[in-house]
Amino acid sequence: MKLLTTSFLTCAVKTCRSSPASFPLHFRDASLEKISIPFNSTFLLNILPRIDWTALQTTAAELGLSAMLPSENPQDALLAAQEAGEGGMDIAEDESKGTGIDEEVLKKLWTLLMETGVVEGKLVCGNCGFEYPVKEGVGNFLLPPHLV
Amino acid sequence: MSRPEDTLPPDLYYNDTTSRQYTRNTRIRQIQADMTDRALELLDLQQPSFILDLGCGSGLSGEILDKAGHTWVGMDISPSMLDVALQRQQQRFEAEDETEDVDVDEDNDNEDDDEDDEDVAMNGHTNGSNAPSGGGGDLFLADMGQGLPFRPGTFDAAISISAIQWLCNVDSTDISNTAEMRLRRFFDTLYSGLKRNSRAVCQFYPKNDVQKSMITKAAIRAGFGAGLLEDDEGTKNAKTYLVLSVGGGDISSAVAGMEGVDVEDGRQIREAMKSGKHKRGKSGGMVVEGSKKWIMEKKEKMRGKGKVVKGDSKYTGRKRRVAF
Ligand SMILES: C[S@@+](CC[C@H](N)C(=O)[O-])C[C@H]1O[C@@H](n2cnc3c(N)ncnc32)[C@H](O)[C@@H]1O
Ligand SMILES: [Zn+2]
Repeated sequence: MKLLTTSFLTCAVKTCRSSPASFPLHFRDASLEKISIPFNSTFLLNILPRIDWTALQTTAAELGLSAMLPSENPQDALLAAQEAGEGGMDIAEDESKGTGIDEEVLKKLWTLLMETGVVEGKLVCGNCGFEYPVKEGVGNFLLPPHLV
Repeated sequence: MSRPEDTLPPDLYYNDTTSRQYTRNTRIRQIQADMTDRALELLDLQQPSFILDLGCGSGLSGEILDKAGHTWVGMDISPSMLDVALQRQQQRFEAEDETEDVDVDEDNDNEDDDEDDEDVAMNGHTNGSNAPSGGGGDLFLADMGQGLPFRPGTFDAAISISAIQWLCNVDSTDISNTAEMRLRRFFDTLYSGLKRNSRAVCQFYPKNDVQKSMITKAAIRAGFGAGLLEDDEGTKNAKTYLVLSVGGGDISSAVAGMEGVDVEDGRQIREAMKSGKHKRGKSGGMVVEGSKKWIMEKKEKMRGKGKVVKGDSKYTGRKRRVAF
């Protein structure tokens, strides 16, 4: 299960839906794998604005991967720079050059989000404590009926 | 022929043997692939996207999503189906180095072979090894009737092929787990899990018009704009697609110009539900004004009056998948 996916997972228990503590889920006893997926900046740029950076930082720290993560979402940083009064000209130029974000940064993020996966372990809700097992990379999110 | 949905709950019906037979069956694979292509066409995605596949089974759709350059997350309630999906992913992964077509069926126990059970290269229906490739898929063992565990605005799109009719089963006497409640949890969380201005396409096999309307109305109640598309209507190959839109409210653009589509504007229908302005269909099910059935009945009436109405048409000339 890619870290991309875990950055969007929340506790399925009904009473947790409105609780901020149910996101992100916390890894316990996780073992990781590294796979290789051809870099695709279009997809990465599509998905980046949706990622909750604070949550991703928490996850990365739990897995000992903080070094792979920039301190802020590079897309936010880019937007901020553009808003900070640089003329329309500059933005247009940036676009013609590509993403406007350092490719090295993007590649690191690609490795973290797309190529790093959890094979075995548990995802634990910070609100209710429910543990979702992960086996062979497959997350088990079946709930006992009384928690639905 | 009895519907599998009427025999067993899905996780028991799709056991190891059935899941393997299902996935090895050439004819089934072709049909599921065609429907996935059709769903992709209706989604009309403009860039590599993050897609949720509900009732993903053994990943037949996922392989097509991946070839089209997308990244997906699949959920299924059957461990056996997911097991087959994992095995196929593994084989695919291993085959990537070889650049040759993959023979998926290397299972040597022939006790469950049947006529359709030919070996077919997994790449059979695409243009080969230089096909674009997305970010692959992640699998979840989960019951979509319990609600989906994703943050608001997670996915660019969702698809579901031949699965959501299973939510209508009565597989328990539990009054807190009726078909209505499963549908409500499913559509409510699907709605919130999708980005604004996105779409979901669910091909499903409704048992009857009542079930079709129950499903459509659950989607509309959750906030979706909804349209029903029928391919090969009236034949034994009829396929029903529930086309849903989030935000923008209007599905007309998704299905504009397509034949055989009746448009249901969610807002209008929700209004109608609130004000109790709905009509009763012939078969007794409640039919909301603007729904497919209501339109069909209106057409019949108009025919009766000798007016010319557009025929209930069949979909032809399908376009193949887009690549990035
Ligand atoms: C006919 S198969 C289709 C599988 C796949 N979509 C395909 O096109 O090949 C129906 C699938 O729906 C799954 N399913 C049924 N009810 C479900 C539920 N409540 N939650 C998740 N999956 C479900 C079944 O386990 C089965 O894999
Ligand atoms: Zn919880």
